[in-house]
Amino acid sequence: MTGTSDRALTSSPGHAALGLSDEHAVALYRLMLLARTVDERQWILNRQGRQAFVVSCQGHEAAQVGSVAALRRGQDIIVPYYRDMAAAITFGASALDCLLEGMSKGNGPWTGGRMMPSHFSSPELKIITGSSSVGSHIPHATGAALAAKLRGEDTVAVAYFGDGAVAAGNFHEGISFAAIHRLPAIFVCENNGLAISTRPDAESPVARVADRASAYGIPGVEVDGTDVLAVYGVMREAVERARRGDGPTLIDARVVRLTAHSSDDDHTRYRSRDELAAVAARDPIPRYGWYLREYGLLDDDSEREIKASVVAEVEAALVEALAAPPPDPSTALAHVFVEAR
Amino acid sequence: MPVKTLIEAVTDALAEELERDPSVILLGEDVGALGGVFRATAGLHARFGSGRVIDTPIAELGIAGVAIGAALNGMRPVAEIQFADYIMPAYDQIVNEAAKIRYRSNGAFGCPIVVRAPFGAGVHGGLYHSQSVEALFYHVPGLKIVIPSTPYDCKGLLKSAIRDPDPVLFFEHKRSYRRWKGEVPDGDYTVPLSLAEVKREGKDVSVVTYGIGVHYALEAAELLDHEGVTVEVVDLRTIAPMDMATVGRSIAKTNKVLIVHEDNKTGGVGAEVAATLAEEYFEQLDGPILRVAAADAHLPYAPSLEAAIIPNVDDVVAALRRLAAY
Repeated sequence: MTGTSDRALTSSPGHAALGLSDEHAVALYRLMLLARTVDERQWILNRQGRQAFVVSCQGHEAAQVGSVAALRRGQDIIVPYYRDMAAAITFGASALDCLLEGMSKGNGPWTGGRMMPSHFSSPELKIITGSSSVGSHIPHATGAALAAKLRGEDTVAVAYFGDGAVAAGNFHEGISFAAIHRLPAIFVCENNGLAISTRPDAESPVARVADRASAYGIPGVEVDGTDVLAVYGVMREAVERARRGDGPTLIDARVVRLTAHSSDDDHTRYRSRDELAAVAARDPIPRYGWYLREYGLLDDDSEREIKASVVAEVEAALVEALAAPPPDPSTALAHVFVEAR
Repeated sequence: MPVKTLIEAVTDALAEELERDPSVILLGEDVGALGGVFRATAGLHARFGSGRVIDTPIAELGIAGVAIGAALNGMRPVAEIQFADYIMPAYDQIVNEAAKIRYRSNGAFGCPIVVRAPFGAGVHGGLYHSQSVEALFYHVPGLKIVIPSTPYDCKGLLKSAIRDPDPVLFFEHKRSYRRWKGEVPDGDYTVPLSLAEVKREGKDVSVVTYGIGVHYALEAAELLDHEGVTVEVVDLRTIAPMDMATVGRSIAKTNKVLIVHEDNKTGGVGAEVAATLAEEYFEQLDGPILRVAAADAHLPYAPSLEAAIIPNVDDVVAALRRLAAY
């Protein structure tokens, strides 16, 4: 074992017991690395003045990749929030998509420069458009699940949100409706313990997000969100439950936010050096790398290869994204309604 | 042709659309077995089942949010807000989500929902069962707002709203639900959105109005006719996006305009109509643009208090006489 963490590599029974092939297990690692690499590139573009704003997924990758990996791409539905780049990538978005939208280019595939970066949206990929409001998309997952159930499909709809959204009325009304009708919906809280700077004790009278599930008569499952395999296992159970017609699950994935809230935030104003060191030690990516090494699925050579291929992919996307033109101002009035104005 | 009330026209439109398109669903408070507190969905639960006519919790944010989510996954939900006064918890979902979905997704997603709500005063509803809310939404791009005045228009417009690919707010004045009957054909027909209609021809003064204001204007026009003043009544029917061409043609003919609505005067739809007429039809006007609207107060319960706030036929007549004198 090459890792220095004193944590267990995973609380899951391991990838093989979860039904993941060796190749699939390594593919999850590459997805996490790809998201991290795009994310880090966006911060550089921000400092270069090429991208006005960054909102980061760093520290959330295991929760996102592990949960989306338990879904069927192009068939199930995700309703993400702005921190979900690794989820979007796992569901089929590309590095180029992320960078085009990051720099608000006219050919950005999600919003074409209409929204801030990381506002994922694709009917083809079954990624439902979201606003920047915290929690208002939670009932949309419920509605999407209702539609699937009414049509007799076995589609599962998944809402992703942060712990800040748990305080919003949308959380209550969205989950309550889904539970009443036992809809095939899953509610994944990426719980990093920070709503910008606000701590959970000022957001919620109960310590555990998962405990709130009891108010709706549904399972609430807490999982280490920095453990990609543990998340996969919990999510797979929730998906099976939803497909069986047994209704929604609330998943409380304990993650870390490795960056400031956004590029406009300085988190050293409200996080100590000790705290930042502690969350850095919980980075999900090296942890999973140690797991893969432990099982002989990764070594120095293969890790170097994976990283090189990820960097090559991101750099090629960057060249293309930088060259893309900004949106045409003559299109600013388009899409208010279907009809042209 | 059958003669029906406006509420019966609502029920007919909903039933026919449920029958025509399996993606149409209804959801709202008490819309199921009860058939709605105004009976708009009477019989539909028994006919189409609890899967398509869904009783929801008394929680309007959720009603709108769930409807939007279902629309994003291929359904055509018709949400009922029991009284327009209670649409406020859904305001964020309607304004920040439904209205913006097409724009923010660069045209990739649409949000084909209809939000129906009974609104308006004159039925002893007090502050929280009487409000007109159209101006609160009128300001927002991406929302269509329909307010029918007759049973015929109501059925045809509601069908158009349900078939429209964008979000439509469909406000039904509850005092008009059973007060004015009209001919409503059986079977399918539509009335296009964003098309005003001249409900009475005249040459001296135009009244631009919608909803219950149409009935007040028609009554006032009848009275003025005996005084030798002919009044043209333009029923906007859809207030957003508005058919200003029809309004403009009427003003070109009469050169005088009165705007009537029951909503508050300040910041109301009439203010926008007046501003547009001042900008684009100034040369055609031979008198001031007048408005008859509710006073800028809330809507009290006691009839004597309420009557002091909301406009009536006498107010319309007085304004028309003033304009006719120019």
